[in-house]
Amino acid sequence: MAELGVRLAGIDLRNPFLLASGIWGESGESLAGAWHAGAGGVITKSIGSEPRPGYPNPTIEAYERWGLLNAMGLPNPGIDEYPREIEVARRAGATVIGSIFGGTPEEFARLASRMAATGVVALELNLSCPHAEGFGTEIGSTPEDVEKVVRAVTKAVALPVIAKITPNTSDAGGLARAAERGGAAAVSAINTLRALAIDVELRRPVLAHGLGGLSGPAVKPVGLACVWQIFEKVSIPVIGVGGIANARDALEYVMAGARALEVGTQVTFDGIGVFGRLAKDLTALLDELGFARLEDAVGIAHRTGPRPSG
Amino acid sequence: MRTVVRVTERVLETPSTVTLRFRYPAAADPGQFVMVWLPGDDEIPMSLSYTDGVSKGVTIKAMGATSQRAQSIRPGDPIGIRGPYGNRFDLSPRRVLIVSGGSGAAVLAPAADRARGRGASVTVALGATRAPELLFKDRFRAMGADVDVATDDGSEGTKGFVTVVAERLLASAPFDAVWTCGPEVMMKKVVTAAAKHSVPVFCSMERHMKCALGMCDACAIGPYHVCVDGPVFPADRVVGLSDFGAFHRDPAGRRVPL
Repeated sequence: MAELGVRLAGIDLRNPFLLASGIWGESGESLAGAWHAGAGGVITKSIGSEPRPGYPNPTIEAYERWGLLNAMGLPNPGIDEYPREIEVARRAGATVIGSIFGGTPEEFARLASRMAATGVVALELNLSCPHAEGFGTEIGSTPEDVEKVVRAVTKAVALPVIAKITPNTSDAGGLARAAERGGAAAVSAINTLRALAIDVELRRPVLAHGLGGLSGPAVKPVGLACVWQIFEKVSIPVIGVGGIANARDALEYVMAGARALEVGTQVTFDGIGVFGRLAKDLTALLDELGFARLEDAVGIAHRTGPRPSG
Repeated sequence: MRTVVRVTERVLETPSTVTLRFRYPAAADPGQFVMVWLPGDDEIPMSLSYTDGVSKGVTIKAMGATSQRAQSIRPGDPIGIRGPYGNRFDLSPRRVLIVSGGSGAAVLAPAADRARGRGASVTVALGATRAPELLFKDRFRAMGADVDVATDDGSEGTKGFVTVVAERLLASAPFDAVWTCGPEVMMKKVVTAAAKHSVPVFCSMERHMKCALGMCDACAIGPYHVCVDGPVFPADRVVGLSDFGAFHRDPAGRRVPL
């Protein structure tokens, strides 16, 4: 039986599959549910300074198992109320990573201190939501801004800081480098790809916000390329995210350089049981391919294969 | 994916309740809901009040601003539909007691219809604020159900809560199941009353919804998501939750009193 446990930025994960931010993470009971279902850790909804209802519906356009377009608009209960939810998840024994979003480095730092006080094991900075004015990609699209935010946070808290990088850029590797310079303990990639759907009968965008972000199997090759490029640019660990639907997808990410993984959209297709299945199937796949430990496969494609150009 | 359909018919069911009918061929079962998109406005979850055949329907009570605007939709107007989503009523019980408060009948009527079609006996405790607001009373009677009414103001049937009627019915005849939909405080009383007679209760629950796909957490109640684990819950799964009859989550995800 191959060992799935990984050590990431000083945190021991029982398996590499983390519940991605934005999925289920509004309530502590749901975070606990994902943990009980077998997730290696759970990442909270991105939490801001104030309660935020998000955009009006429609916030979702779902495609048949290949993708999901969303513009939720960062709904969250706000940092004053959210510690209650984390407490519920922690009481269930869950390894909880707190995701935060802010509009300035200072706001990120303040939120980081508040989030750190809840007992989470690490922070993930949302520098990559593609559809929220003043947040996410808007402050995470240049290396300078990424470095500033990450530095402000790493100065404010002792916890490991994970920077979630946008794919809506020509240089994900450069953004990851900037996060590393700012003191990040890890980077996660990717967030959703900016995307749009139009209803032709009604001649208008489907989502109330217009633009949204695409996730799910459709984005996996894009995520893999980003993780590949980031792995070559940084020495901190990379968390792979984007369209992981099965164990082979997971191992692709690991071989591209990911030490841990986030799973989100597949929960909508398979239910939360996807976590238990992924862990079981990945163990079997590693056994079949002769890996004793998942960690032995991290980045292996960089050493054994021809280097993709670009 | 959504399908844009034209509303074929608009029926004023009660002074505060409107049914919209539309052609939507997807198979559906009583208990399930659809997401109804009012283009340029909002998208809201609505239980199907007509589940059979191509002509589906939703029955909308004027509650908030969005449902009021939904009521103003006219035949020929376009709406977007996705679904149906969620689980369904188990239609196997032979003797069913339905307890409906307010617009709860919207989801209970098609369930009663199917149950009658399978030869089950259906008794309905139908509650409303006042006589003209009794939803689907004639529809229940037309399918051969016994209907017992309660109104808050006593303008028809028993004056007071429909739960009083339900308690009386439970004491007077044996039932295999209770199906209920309405305010959660009402459903909570129904669960308590039915427990005395060891009759299992199935509650159709309502929460804010956004994705309807079990992803966004907006409709979380305890460890469940109403959109995929419900909307129909066996009472023993929800009655012990601290949220039941007490809390829901607002659009920001804050846990707030119902």
